Amino acid sequence: MTTLIGLAKGAGLAALFAATLWTPAWAWEPTKPVEIIVPAGAGGASDQMARVLQNVIGKHKLMKQPVIIQLKGGSSGGEGIMDAKMSAGDPNKILIAHSAIYTLPLATDLAFSWRDLTPVALIAMDEFILWVNSDTPYKTPQEYLAAVKAQPEAFKMGGTGSKREDHIITAAIEKAQNVKFTYIPYKSGGEISTQLVGKHIDSDVNNPSESVAQWRAGQVRTLCVFDDKRMPFKTKVTSDQSWGDIPTCKESGLDVQYLMLRGIFLPGGATADQIAFYVDLFKKIVATPEWREYVDTNALKETFLTGAAFRKFLEEDEKRHRELMTSAGFVAVK
Amino acid sequence: MDELRLLLNGFGVVLTWYNVMLMMIGIIIGVIVGVLPGLGGPNGVAILLPLTFSMEPTSAIILLSCIYWGALFGGAITSILFNIPGEAWSVATTFDGYPMAQQGRAGAALTSAFTGSFFGALSGVLLITFVAPIIANFALRFGPPEFFAVYLLTFCSFIGTGKEDKAKIVISICIGLALAAVGMDTISGQLRLTFGQNLLLRGFDFLVVVIGLFGIGEILVTMEEGLAFKGKNPDMDLKVVLKTWAQLPRYWLTLIRSAVVGCWLGVTPGGAIAASFMGYGLAKKFSRNPAGFGKGAIEGVIAPETAAHAAGTSALLPMLTLGIPGSGTAAVLLGGLMIWGLQPGPLLFVEHKDFVWGLIASMYLGNIAGLIVVLSTVPLFAAILRIPFSIIAPMILVACAVGAYTVHGTMFDVWIMLLFGIVGYFLKKLDFPLAPLVLALVLGDRAEDAFRQTMLGSRGALGVFWSNGLVGTITTLALIILVWPLVSQLVARWRGRPDAVGPGA
Repeated sequence: MTTLIGLAKGAGLAALFAATLWTPAWAWEPTKPVEIIVPAGAGGASDQMARVLQNVIGKHKLMKQPVIIQLKGGSSGGEGIMDAKMSAGDPNKILIAHSAIYTLPLATDLAFSWRDLTPVALIAMDEFILWVNSDTPYKTPQEYLAAVKAQPEAFKMGGTGSKREDHIITAAIEKAQNVKFTYIPYKSGGEISTQLVGKHIDSDVNNPSESVAQWRAGQVRTLCVFDDKRMPFKTKVTSDQSWGDIPTCKESGLDVQYLMLRGIFLPGGATADQIAFYVDLFKKIVATPEWREYVDTNALKETFLTGAAFRKFLEEDEKRHRELMTSAGFVAVK
Repeated sequence: MDELRLLLNGFGVVLTWYNVMLMMIGIIIGVIVGVLPGLGGPNGVAILLPLTFSMEPTSAIILLSCIYWGALFGGAITSILFNIPGEAWSVATTFDGYPMAQQGRAGAALTSAFTGSFFGALSGVLLITFVAPIIANFALRFGPPEFFAVYLLTFCSFIGTGKEDKAKIVISICIGLALAAVGMDTISGQLRLTFGQNLLLRGFDFLVVVIGLFGIGEILVTMEEGLAFKGKNPDMDLKVVLKTWAQLPRYWLTLIRSAVVGCWLGVTPGGAIAASFMGYGLAKKFSRNPAGFGKGAIEGVIAPETAAHAAGTSALLPMLTLGIPGSGTAAVLLGGLMIWGLQPGPLLFVEHKDFVWGLIASMYLGNIAGLIVVLSTVPLFAAILRIPFSIIAPMILVACAVGAYTVHGTMFDVWIMLLFGIVGYFLKKLDFPLAPLVLALVLGDRAEDAFRQTMLGSRGALGVFWSNGLVGTITTLALIILVWPLVSQLVARWRGRPDAVGPGA
C-alpha cells in the first residue's frame, strides 16, 4: 500500500488510477504477513530456498504483505508439515514441501497425507549424485559397486536421516546391483559432505549444492547423477567439469532414478481465489533472474507444475515412494 | 607473514565510516538480542538477514557478525543479574555469576565475564588469522567416534567435578537424556516419546526449558524467601571495571585453558555450549579453591565465558573453510553467504580474499567495539538490581514468557516454560543439581547419535574408541577425569588420612 500512497502523493490521482490499472486485480490477496513454513533446519536447502523466495518477493514487490520465515524442522520436518495440516483454512501460510510428505507418514505413525493440504505448485526438483572421496581409485559407479560387492557391508554410505530420500536411494542401489552397504544416518547434507572428505564414510548421495564446495576444491568426485538425463548446465564448475558432464547412473549401468520435489502447499481448505493468487505469485517468482541464478548455482531441475498436473505428479510420486519404501522394508507396520 | 599483509588489507576494507557505523549498530542490537532470553543470536541474525540482501556482502557480514558478537557478550548479563541464561552457552555463567550478584558484586561479575569473553574471542580470531588452513584440516579428522569422545569428555569433566550427591547427579542426567530423546530419532527414523501429540514433534527446546528451570524457578524461590533480591547496593561505579581488571592476571591459567578448550570445541563443531560447560568443569578441577565454586568464584565466571566466546568465534572457521556451521548462528550466516553469491568452502579463502580478510578484520574491530560498549554499560546493568523485586519480578516474568514464545512462535512453549519453572523450584528445594540435566538435554541426542553412528560403523565393537591416537586420547582423558575423585579418595584412604578426602567425594 505504501508505494501506492507514495505515488498518489507524488503525481496525484491520475497516477494512482494508472497504478491501480497496472496491478492485476486478484479476487483475493493475503491479509496479513505470509508465513513460509520451512520443514527443515537453519541453513539447509529448504531454508535457503525460503530466503531466496523472501528476497525475490521483496525485491520485485510481488506481494503487498511481507514474508516471514518459520523454521519448523523438528522430527525431520514432521513439525512443519503437521503445522501446515493444523492450520487448515489459514491462507496466509505456505509450506515448502520436500519428500518428507510421503516418507514420514509411511515410515512412522504420523497421521498425515499431502491430501490434507492444498497443492499450489511444484517449483523445482532436487537432483542426487553419487559421490566418493577423490583419493579413492573409483571413476565409475561400476568400479565402485564392484568393490562394494566384493566386501559386503564393509563400505559406509552416509545419508541424511533414516528411511528418507538418501536411505531410499541407497536401498534402491543395493537392490539393483545386489550389493550391501553399511548405511550411516547423519543430521544434514553439509555434515555428510565433510565426513566424506574426512574419509569417515566411503560414499554419499548428496544434492549438488551440498557438495559443490568440496567438488570444486577437488576433494570429492562425482560418479553419476540419479536422473534419466544429464543435467543441462554447461558452465564449468570445477576446472574441467560442469554439472552437465556428469553421466547419468542409468547410462553407467546403474538403473536407479530419484528426484525430490520442492513443492508449495497451502493448508487445507484454500479457496480457488487463494490458490490462483499463489499460483500467479510463483509464476512470477520463477521468471525472475534471481530465481534463475539460484536454480543454476544449486543445479536444481527446473520444473513448474500447477493444478491437475501437479496433483497427478503427487499421486505418482507418492505411489513410487510407497513401492520403493515397501521393497526396502521401511514402511511402518500399523 | 602473508597473513599480516592480507589482514592489513582487510582493515583497509573495513575501516570506512559506513562499516564502523554498521559495526556499532550490530553490537548494540546483538547485546539487546543476547539479553532477551529466547531471542538469541540465531533468531536475531535470521530476522535481520533480509535487510542485508541489498548490501555489499562485506558490509552485510560485518553487520550480522557484530550482532553475533553482541549476543555473545549480552548473554552473560541476565545470567549474572537474574540467573536467567539469555543464551544457551551462558548457563554455566549463572553458576557463579548469580551468587556474585547476590553478594553485591554484580559489577565485578559482569566485568570479568565481558573481559573473559573478549579474551576468548581474541584467541579465536588469532587462530583464524594465522592457522586457518591447518586447523580446518584438523576438523576433518572428526568422525562419529571422535565426536562421541568429545561429548563424553564434556560430560565427564563436568560430572566428575560435581560436589552434589552422585545419585542425584545421575538422576538429573537421566531426566535430561529423556527430554532430549523426544522427537525424531535420527538413526532409526522413528518418532520417540511423542505420544501422537503434534506439539511434541519438535522435542523440548533447550532454551525454553532453561528459561523455565533457571528464570522462573529462581523467581519462585526468591518469592518464598521474602520478595527481595539479595543483591542490594550493587557496585555501580565504573571504577569497578578497573578494580576487577587488577585481579584478573591472577587467573591467567584459567583464561588460557578456557580459550584453548573453546577454540578446540569451536573448530570441531562441538559448539560453544559444550565449551562453556567444559571450561567451567576444568577450571573447577584445577582450581586451588574448588570449594569456592558455585558460591561466587570469579574464576567460575571467567572460565565459561572465555570458553564460550572462543568457541563462538572459532566456530566461524569451519563455516568459512569447510562450509559446516559450528553453531546455530553460524548456520544462518552460512545461508546468508550463499544468498550473497559466496560459496563457503575450501576455495573461499582463495577466491574471495577481500571478503574473508575484511570479515576477519571486522572480528578484531567488532570485539574491541563490543568490549567498549558492554563495559561502559556495566554500572547501568548493575543498577537494575536496585529496582525493588516487586517491580522487577513481573518484568522478568514477562521477558521470560516473551522469550519462550519467540523461540518457535508458539504459546505451547510458554506453558512448557512455566511447567519447568515449577519443576526447577522443586528440584532446587530437593537439592538436585540442574546443570547435569541441562547438559544432558543439550548434548544428549548428539552424543547418542554419535555413539550409534560409531556402533553402526564398527559393528558394535567398542575398541573403535581407541582406534587412533586422537580418539584414544580423548576417550582415555574422559575416563580418567570421571574416575579421578574416586581414585583420589582411595589414595587418601590408603595413606590413612581420611581427612584429606577431596571435595569431589
